[in-house]
Amino acid sequence: MTSLPKTTQKKLGLVTDLDICVGCHACAVSCKEWNAGGHSSPLTDLNPYEKDPMGVWFNRVHVYETDDGENTRTVNFPRSCLHCEEPACVTVCPTGASYKREEDGIVLINADTCIGCKLCSWACPYGAREYDSDDGVMKKCTLCIDRIYNENLLESERQPACVTACPVGARHFGDLGDPDSDISKLSVSRGGYDLMPESGMKPVNQYLPPRPRKNLPGSTGVKQQVQNPAQQENKASSANGFFAWLDKTLSSGTAG
Amino acid sequence: MHPAYSVILFTSASGAGYGLLIWLALSWLGLVSAPQPWIAFWMAIFALVLITTGLLASTFHLGHPERAWRAFSQWRSSWLSREGVLAVLTYPVALVLTVVWVWDGIPPILTTVNAALLCLLCLLTVLATGMIYASLKTIPRWSNAFVVPVYLLFALASGGLLYLLALALSGTLTMVALVLAVLLLSWLVKWRYWRFIDTQKSASNSGTATGLGHLGSVRQLDAPHTSENYLLQEMGYVVARKHSRKLRRMALLLGFVVPFTALILTYAVAGHTSTLLILIAVISGFAGVLIERWLFFAEARHAVTLFYGRSL
Repeated sequence: MTSLPKTTQKKLGLVTDLDICVGCHACAVSCKEWNAGGHSSPLTDLNPYEKDPMGVWFNRVHVYETDDGENTRTVNFPRSCLHCEEPACVTVCPTGASYKREEDGIVLINADTCIGCKLCSWACPYGAREYDSDDGVMKKCTLCIDRIYNENLLESERQPACVTACPVGARHFGDLGDPDSDISKLSVSRGGYDLMPESGMKPVNQYLPPRPRKNLPGSTGVKQQVQNPAQQENKASSANGFFAWLDKTLSSGTAG
Repeated sequence: MHPAYSVILFTSASGAGYGLLIWLALSWLGLVSAPQPWIAFWMAIFALVLITTGLLASTFHLGHPERAWRAFSQWRSSWLSREGVLAVLTYPVALVLTVVWVWDGIPPILTTVNAALLCLLCLLTVLATGMIYASLKTIPRWSNAFVVPVYLLFALASGGLLYLLALALSGTLTMVALVLAVLLLSWLVKWRYWRFIDTQKSASNSGTATGLGHLGSVRQLDAPHTSENYLLQEMGYVVARKHSRKLRRMALLLGFVVPFTALILTYAVAGHTSTLLILIAVISGFAGVLIERWLFFAEARHAVTLFYGRSL
């Protein structure tokens, strides 16, 4: 049924920390690896070893640059399905293949009844749904439904592949509907926010904003060279020329 | 948005078909002049051919056309499903209107009710087609008050030209002024639509999409992948502004100027010449609608492109 459940018992979702994401794409690759081998296979790749490879991915990591001039900063930005509370991708589906689960809020596609009309991908503002040309159906993030409830896996492994793969712990999984869950507390404490709230889809997944930068003078290296304390001490000793070089060489030698 | 030929053909052909059925039903009700019965019969068949061609064409872009029947199930929430249901409901009613022209075995009261019902169903089907697009908040150039009226008026105008052809073939060409008025109105609304999308300002940008706007202007430094992907091919289709201007002029010329002039000229001539003029109007008008429909897709911009550093 493409009519939405009034409420869901849980709101399973992800929290992504934009402050510490290093943009390594491990989440995207690990997601692709897991899902290409299981429930969502084949996740078609076209021309995988040619000039213009193209394929179905549930995670795509963008890199943005914000502001201009001195305050410019780089933000790595993984984008995946937000498992919205009011997902238009579900209600536009003419066949009932798209649905939102009442028990945990996960948005899924039934590959056996999807006709591949692509309308759901038009309705999603977040680019979460992609067309698998080999299967002729739409594919999307399942929140690794075949991992999180999989009793054959160790309990520590019962998390989405992107979460377990992240080397810096930038992705968190849990129930965002329970205010006492670790993930909800994390999101609240760090000011977690909705992407494109004006879409009206009420995303469940939250993004943690980059922390305010400590704008130390010269910390960007734009106006001043970054100096280590040893060099600053050298400066204080007002040595120059050959002695400065000697001093520096000896200092770095002792530091090593 | 990627302009899929199957969908362009579907909305144009079925729109003209439903429009023609509406005019034929109105003429059965005596509200406008009726063509000769056999001509009306064949015109109704032609309308059903247009609709069926369109519906079949629309299944070509499906990944699984053999499952298309499932699309009738979700009419509670989906405009695409509603469109499918209404299109199927229209068939038996349209078939009855087809045979009544040449077979008087049905009591008049029933044929009158049937014709009125057909008008309603055709209007609702075209409305549902328009709503598929107008209900997508992700595409501001579709999600506005112009889209549904344009779909309805274009169906009535392109169907109206075919209806005039039926009258001309019957040797009783009237109603030209009425169709002229509908044609003029349809392109006036389209003109306003183009003005609207050219000046429309979206509140969404890469900053609101990523939520990083508070850090300053947001631009994409690196895309997720080195080559194209489904999202960019389907939702990121762009047509150069200068090309769209040229195509708009072509659509106006073929869709409006040529048919309008041809219809005006029918007042000055008679017989086969006027039939030929109407035929020119029909063909040129349909070509204009095809270009207009292509632009409707190609000029539409999707919210997901904000993540790729574009604007709406």
